[in-house]
Amino acid sequence: MPLGFLAVFFVWPVVAILRLGLGEGGVLTVLASPETWRLVAFTVGQAAASTAVALVAGLPVAFLLARTSLPGLGFVRVVILVPFVLPTVVVGLAFRTLLPDGGAFAIVLANSFFNVAVVARTVAGLWSHLDRRAPDAARSLGASPLRAFTSVTLPALAPAIGSAAAVVFLFCATSFGVVLILGGSRLRTLETEIYLRTVELLDLSGAAALSLLQLAAVVAALSVGAVARRRRESALRLRAPASVARRPSGGEWVVVGVALAVVGSLMLPIVVLVSRSLAGGLAGYRALGSTGYAGSLQVSGVDAALNSVRAATDATFLAVTLGALASVVLVSLSRSRVRRGFVETMDTALMLPLGVSAVTVGFGYLITLNLLPGDLRTSPVLVPLAQALVVTPLVIRLLLPVLRSIDSRLRQAAASLGASPLRVWREVDVPLAGRSLLTAIAFGYVVALGEFGATSFLARPDTATLPVAIARLLSRPGELNNQMAYAACTLLILVTIAAVAIVESVRVPGRAAVGEF
Amino acid sequence: MGLTVEGLTVRYGSLAAVSDVDLAVADGSVVALLGPSGCGKSTLLRAVAGLEPPAAGRVCWDGADLAGVPVHRREFGLVFQDGQLFPHRDVAGNVAFGLGMRGVPRASARERVAELLDLVGLAGYEARRSTELSGGEQQRVALARALAPRPRLLLLDEPLSALDRALREQLALDLARVLTGTTALVVTHDHDEAFTLADHVAVMRAGRIVQTGPPTKVWREPADEETARFLGCGAFVPATVHNGVATCELGAVELPWAPPGEAVLGLRPTALRPAVTGVKGDVVQRVHRRDHVRLRVRLEDGHEVDAVAGVLDVADTVTLALDPDGVALISRRERPSGRGRPSSR
Repeated sequence: MPLGFLAVFFVWPVVAILRLGLGEGGVLTVLASPETWRLVAFTVGQAAASTAVALVAGLPVAFLLARTSLPGLGFVRVVILVPFVLPTVVVGLAFRTLLPDGGAFAIVLANSFFNVAVVARTVAGLWSHLDRRAPDAARSLGASPLRAFTSVTLPALAPAIGSAAAVVFLFCATSFGVVLILGGSRLRTLETEIYLRTVELLDLSGAAALSLLQLAAVVAALSVGAVARRRRESALRLRAPASVARRPSGGEWVVVGVALAVVGSLMLPIVVLVSRSLAGGLAGYRALGSTGYAGSLQVSGVDAALNSVRAATDATFLAVTLGALASVVLVSLSRSRVRRGFVETMDTALMLPLGVSAVTVGFGYLITLNLLPGDLRTSPVLVPLAQALVVTPLVIRLLLPVLRSIDSRLRQAAASLGASPLRVWREVDVPLAGRSLLTAIAFGYVVALGEFGATSFLARPDTATLPVAIARLLSRPGELNNQMAYAACTLLILVTIAAVAIVESVRVPGRAAVGEF
Repeated sequence: MGLTVEGLTVRYGSLAAVSDVDLAVADGSVVALLGPSGCGKSTLLRAVAGLEPPAAGRVCWDGADLAGVPVHRREFGLVFQDGQLFPHRDVAGNVAFGLGMRGVPRASARERVAELLDLVGLAGYEARRSTELSGGEQQRVALARALAPRPRLLLLDEPLSALDRALREQLALDLARVLTGTTALVVTHDHDEAFTLADHVAVMRAGRIVQTGPPTKVWREPADEETARFLGCGAFVPATVHNGVATCELGAVELPWAPPGEAVLGLRPTALRPAVTGVKGDVVQRVHRRDHVRLRVRLEDGHEVDAVAGVLDVADTVTLALDPDGVALISRRERPSGRGRPSSR
């Protein structure tokens, strides 16, 4: 069933785009154009730069989370997660406020701002399980602390760093909202170019050709990530996390200081947005009841918020159901004696929507779904469907590692005590993965709430969600519109922080918390 | 009648982890499956539990084939090397799990849990978190959990291997007490453990059972040289048994239980001890152990043998004689490799 959903609502639209791109000879025209390669160069360049910045900023934070026992680490965990689930529109707006003429620099910073959490949590996940005695042995053999880190710890962390870098690169290369808001029509990536060509130039075959190009790049990046993931599963001596965390000493305090500086700068954009929303008193908040300056919106801010809530609820329900089912199927397959390669291919296939640009998906919907009965294109279920597609891989990434980490002998013990296979799921897997399920629901909800790429394609003016409304307000003149956008962003931030705080507060001791990417 | 395994083969791909094994565990007896790691003993146990599908052969309980009976209907308790307690349940919740699966009412379940925790020496531990227990305590809880629903057969997979030495010895004695009267199959690589726990020992090697018998019999008369090596014999000498006395080039030793005829003596490190009469040699190496000294002795004919001595016997030359407790006898069906000379590893 998850594969069926994937087939109808993902593969089909994407394949339709491929055919459109290949069919009219658009690909060759586009590939021959120097303009295309400038776009590719900028897309790859900004993604690489963003990934580098995210790695440099994320590693000290990973050290802080994994290797030190300091008060307030729970707070740090919340703070770094908030950017990851913040709506792209909100982040775009925040950086535009901070760096009005930032250009490419602002885009790179904003993209890495999102992904520090991915690096920090993925690397910390491995780091907190690495045996501390390996670098200790290197020290006793005469290595300086730095040398011990570069020659022992860093190679051991390489798989986690590699897989985090692959995912971050993917996110940055297909980043849409941030680039659209900060780059406008001046600085364009493949993703925004696809959008602009479709919506403003109506150059469908050109857009399809670009989608094709992007898809190829995404598949390549995903394969790199899969290889890195497999290497991480290879034999590493892992320890219980409690025994590796200790108070930092000597030079480690410098790293802690850098990490705290990173965390502080992660808070800066959020603080700026909230303070801007209050700059003109509560005017922006009061304006949420209206349709903005001179009727910029077709719905009021409150209606847009309600649209958001409705769509996100449906999308979350759908995505969690599908993601949980897919995880159960994947983990059951890998527990039974099915060929390993098959399971890995399925796993990667289910990851694809995470990497394929939301814009491509939304665009694909536009050109295929009129063929389904009931003309889905004008149906209000389209937005939740597209959002569910974006959220489902996230749910799988959160659930699957936890389900995989459950020792099969624990399940066998339950079976030998008389629990039927279904009962084993209820008594063992569900309680142990329960926290991750909650995490998946909360994150899924927040991501759906902030989803911008696909939604901006599919939402009609009267069903605009809050992020779409924010983008629209920003593109129209009027101080009131700005105020209103800031206020709406603050609302989204509050919802995000609440969700993250809920997730972090239900911490089960001794078990791996959130899954990795 | 109990458990019978007939011609059982388990394959992983092309590799036969267990090939053509016959085994019986009579009702009320404890059988130890003894063998080096990788010999297929755990796979055999898992096949009995229903966790590995057999490629050939049958697993029967009281004569009825269990082929179509899934794990959870076999009523076989299972204890793993490292406990595998449910981390989200407290101690009582773990022990009561199997009772809940069988629909035992809460009040009598609580009684049974208290009874079992008492049995394994953890009375009053009901509300403890299972993640806060020490390794030995976890293993005791795992044992109580497996015993609670009164399984027809208890399967123990290296139940003591994850524990440190002192704890292992203590728990082995406790386990032997708890297992009295239970029908159980214990997998272990440690012969001390097997002989402590079991009424009957089956020695396994490379997927096959090479010998079964009571512990004393297996210890004294291993089926072949390889088995004798696994049971601690480091050197082998040919011998002749006559009237309960085995004679070899290292001297004579009284073995009243030995059948007459040609045989091979397997020598454990304790086989030779200093004596008034015997073979003479020079001590070339000595290592202090807890309550004795292990010697490496070069005999007059140039061969080296192991021996043990009291801590105070530290002379440079010794006279050695055989000790019946350190000698195993292999009937002369299979010829040893180092024929005619003491051969050592």
